[in-house]
Amino acid sequence: MKEKKVVMDAGEIERSLTRIAYEILERNKGTDNLTIIGIRKGGIFLSERLREKISAIEGTDIMSGTLDITLYRDDVLTTSKRPAIEKTYIPFPLDHKKVVIVDDVLFTGRTIRAAMDALMDFGRPELIQLAVLIDRGHRELPIRADFIGKSLPSSLWENISVNLTDSRNTDEVVIEES
Amino acid sequence: MDLSRKDMLGIIDLSREEIDLILDTAESFKEISTRKIKKVPTLRGKTVITLFFEASTRTRTSFEIAAKRLSADTINISASTSSVVKGETLIDTAKNLESMNPDIIIIRHSAAGAAHILSGLLEQSIINAGDGAHEHPTQALLDMLTIREKRGAMEGLKIAIVGDIAHSRVARSNIYGLTKMGADVAICGPAMMIPRDIDQMGVSVYYKMEDAIRNADVVMMLRMQLERQERNLFPSLREYANHFSLNRDNINLAKDDVLVMHPGPINRGVEITPEIADGPHSVILEQVTNGVAVRMALLYLLSGGRK
Amino acid sequence: MKLILKGGRVIDPSQNIDTVMDILIEDGKISRMEKNISISEADSKDNIEIFDLKNKMITPGFIDMHTHLREPGFEYKETIRTGSEAAVVGGFTSIACMANTDPVNDNRSVTEFIHKQARLAAMANVYPIAAVSKGQDGKVLTEFGDLKDAGAVAFSDDGNPVTDSGLMRHALEYACSFDMPVISHCEDTGLSSGGLMNEGIISTQLGLPGIPGIAEDIMVIRDISLAGFTKTRVHIAHVSTAGSVQAVREAKSAGINVTAETAPHYFTLTDEALKEFSTNFKMYPPLRGSDDVEAIKKGLRDGAIDAIASDHAPHSPIEKDVEFEYAANGIIGLETSLALSLRLVHDGILTINQLVEKMSVNPANILKIKKGSLKTGSDADITVIDMNKIWTVDADKFRSKGRNCPFNDWEFKGKAVMTIVGGDVRYADSEL
Repeated sequence: MKEKKVVMDAGEIERSLTRIAYEILERNKGTDNLTIIGIRKGGIFLSERLREKISAIEGTDIMSGTLDITLYRDDVLTTSKRPAIEKTYIPFPLDHKKVVIVDDVLFTGRTIRAAMDALMDFGRPELIQLAVLIDRGHRELPIRADFIGKSLPSSLWENISVNLTDSRNTDEVVIEES
Repeated sequence: MDLSRKDMLGIIDLSREEIDLILDTAESFKEISTRKIKKVPTLRGKTVITLFFEASTRTRTSFEIAAKRLSADTINISASTSSVVKGETLIDTAKNLESMNPDIIIIRHSAAGAAHILSGLLEQSIINAGDGAHEHPTQALLDMLTIREKRGAMEGLKIAIVGDIAHSRVARSNIYGLTKMGADVAICGPAMMIPRDIDQMGVSVYYKMEDAIRNADVVMMLRMQLERQERNLFPSLREYANHFSLNRDNINLAKDDVLVMHPGPINRGVEITPEIADGPHSVILEQVTNGVAVRMALLYLLSGGRK
Repeated sequence: MKLILKGGRVIDPSQNIDTVMDILIEDGKISRMEKNISISEADSKDNIEIFDLKNKMITPGFIDMHTHLREPGFEYKETIRTGSEAAVVGGFTSIACMANTDPVNDNRSVTEFIHKQARLAAMANVYPIAAVSKGQDGKVLTEFGDLKDAGAVAFSDDGNPVTDSGLMRHALEYACSFDMPVISHCEDTGLSSGGLMNEGIISTQLGLPGIPGIAEDIMVIRDISLAGFTKTRVHIAHVSTAGSVQAVREAKSAGINVTAETAPHYFTLTDEALKEFSTNFKMYPPLRGSDDVEAIKKGLRDGAIDAIASDHAPHSPIEKDVEFEYAANGIIGLETSLALSLRLVHDGILTINQLVEKMSVNPANILKIKKGSLKTGSDADITVIDMNKIWTVDADKFRSKGRNCPFNDWEFKGKAVMTIVGGDVRYADSEL
C-alpha cells in the first residue's frame, strides 16, 4: 500500500518562502543587481513568489527569468526518450549579477550543476546562490543550498512532490513511497 | 510525445503530433541563437556529417550552425571535394563514412530516394536535406514554424504554393506537412510544371496565378530553375515572370496581412519582384532564422538513447 | 535410354488432352502416351528410368519467349549457361533471348555463337532473337535472311523501340517473307524520355519523372496500324497497360495479325511497390496502376494477350545497388515466372490449360518453333509441375547470376519439379 504523507501544507510553504525572501535580502544587502532565476519546471512558481515577496518587502522590482536546464543535463542523451525542451527566458546579460537560482527540491545536485553551467553562458555573474523549498539529501555532487525551506531526510525509494497552484491555498509538499 | 524514429526522410512519414513536437522544440531552441554564448553542450562528443552531393551553401550552413550550437562536431563533405568524383558509389561512400562512427548523417542528393538508401544501410540517424524532387523535410518544417509563429496555427489557412511544382521537393514536403496540419493548400504553376494526379495529395490546382493567390493567407513562391527543365518545358524566364511572378499588383488579391515566403535563393525579378521580396509581407529572412532552430530541434530529437 | 513418366495428369492443349496417362520417351522423342504403360512391355529394366508422377501435372515444356541472357558482352550479369540453367530450374525447356548484347545480335556470327554456347551448356533450348536494325539503332535493317539461316527465330530491337515508322513498316514486310515475327518494344520516346516509373500519383509523390501509359499505347496502336496496312504480323512485347490490351483486343477482332505477351510482374505488382525506392522494382515498361493490372489479367483470360514471358533481365549490383534514377531497368524472372503465373490459376483467372497455352503452345506458335506439344514423335520437352508445393523464394540460391528479384522471400504455391529437354532430365526437384 502506498503511504502518502503531507509534510508541508500551504501555510508552512508560505511562511518558508517569506523567511527565504528575508534571508536573500539580508545576505545580498538589498536588491542591487539581484536576479532570480527559476528552474523549469518545479522552480518557476517558487521563483515567481519569491520575486513578489522581495519586491513587496523592498518596494522595488527585481529582474527574473526562467531556465530550462534539459540541454545541460548529464543524462540528456541517455534516457530512452528525449526530454521535452521548454523555453528559457533570460532577456538580460548576467554579468556582475547576483543570481539566486530557485528550485523546488534539492536532491542529487545534478540539476543545479546543469543550471550553473547554463547560467555561465548568459554572462559572468558576480555570484550564484541557491534557494530550494526542500532539501532531501542524497547529494551526488558537492553542492549545497544557500536558502532552504525545509530539510527533509528521505529514503531513495520515496518520492517528494511539491504541488503548487495558482490559488495557493491548496499548496502542499507530499512524500510517498514510489 | 516522442519522436521515436531513427531517421528524418520525409514529412510523409510524420504524424501531426510529431510535427507539433518538432515545432514546439524548435521554438524553445530559437532562444539559444540569441544568447551571448550561442551554444549548449547537449551533443558534445557527437559527430554530425553533412554529405552534400548538390551544391547548397544555405542549407548546409544552416545544418552546420545548428549542429555547432548543440556542440556537435561537424564534418562537411561535398561532392566536389570527396571521393564521389572518383566514381565511388553512394553505398561505398556511406559505408566508408559509417566506419568513422559518426552519429548523424545529413544527406542532400540530386536523386530521389538517396536518403532512403542510407537509411536502410546505416545504423546512424539519417536526415534528408533534399533528395531530387522528392522531399526536403527540414525546409517544410521551418516553413511551418514560420507560419505557426505568425498565425498561431495552420488549421484553416489558405496557403498558395506557386512555381515549378513538378521539380520541387519543397512543394512536396510542404504539401504533406500543411495538409496534415489542416491548411487549405492551393498549388499553381504552368501546366507542364504541375505533376499528374497531384490533386490526390489533397490540394487544389490552379493554372493562373490570380486564382491561386486570391484571399491567400500565405503565398509561397518557389525558385524557378530553368536548368532543371529538361527538354525546354518552358519557353523563357521572361514568359514565366510575366505570368507567374508575385508582384505589387497581384499581391493585392491575397489577404491584407498575407505572408510571403520563399525557400531561397531568390531569383529577383523572376518568381518574385524585389519590392515584394523585401516588402512588409515578406518573412523570407525569418524562414532562414527558423531553419537553424528547426534543424537544432531535429538533431536533438534524433540523438542518442535509442536502440 | 528410355523414360517412363507414370501416373501424372497430362495436359496438352495442342491435342486437347487433359487426363492421367503414362508417357514413354525414347531417343529424346515422345514415343507413346497411354494409360498404364507396363515396364516389361517397354524394355528391360536396367535401360529404363521410371518416375512416379502421381498428383503431378505433365505439360509440354514451357517456353519463355522473352529473356536477356547477356552473353556476349555482359557475362558478369548472366551467361548463356547460367541463364539456361535458371530456365530449366524455373520449368522452361526453351527460351528465346533478345539481341541487346555486346556486340548486338545483328549478324550471323553472334547468332551462331549463341547456339554454340547453348549447346555447350546443354540445359534449355535457346532460340536467338536477332536485331531488327543494325546495332539496334533504328536506322538500317539487319540481314534477315542470313540471320534466319543462322538460326534466329524472330527479330526485335527490344530495349529500344523502332521509332522510325517507315523502318518498322519495312521490317514487318521483309520479315513476313521469311515467315518470322517482329517483336516490338513499344515506347514513344518523346513521351517516355527521362521517365523512371509509371506516371501517376505515386510518381508525383516520389518526385520521380513519369512514363505515361500512353507512351506504350501509342506505339502499340502504330504497330497494329502498320501490320494491318501491310497485311503482315507483329508481336507486341511486354504489354503493361490497359490501353495496349484494349488495342490488341480490338485489332484481333478486326482480323489484324497481332499477338502479344505480358510478363508476370505486370499482373502481380503495381507502382505502389516503388514507394521505398527499391531498384528491384525498376523496369521497362514500368509497373503500372491497379487498373492496368486488372486489364492485363482480363486480357490473359479473354485471349487478347497470347503469352506470358518473363522478360528475364539480370543485372549485377553494379547496376542495381545505386540511386534509383541511375539504376538499370529490369528484373530476373526465369525462376519465379511459373510460380507467379500459377497464382492466376489458383485465383481462378486462368485454367491450367490456358496457362499451358500462354506459356508453351502459343509461344511456340508465335516463334514458329516445333515445340509446345506432346504429340507422339515430337521432342520430349516436358515440364512437370507440382501445383501444391509450397516454397519460398531465396534469390541467393538462384541459378541465374542476377539477384535483382522483387519477389525475394515471397511464398508460392506450385513449382516445376522436373524439366525434361529432349528426353534428358535437366532438372529434378530433390523430392523426386
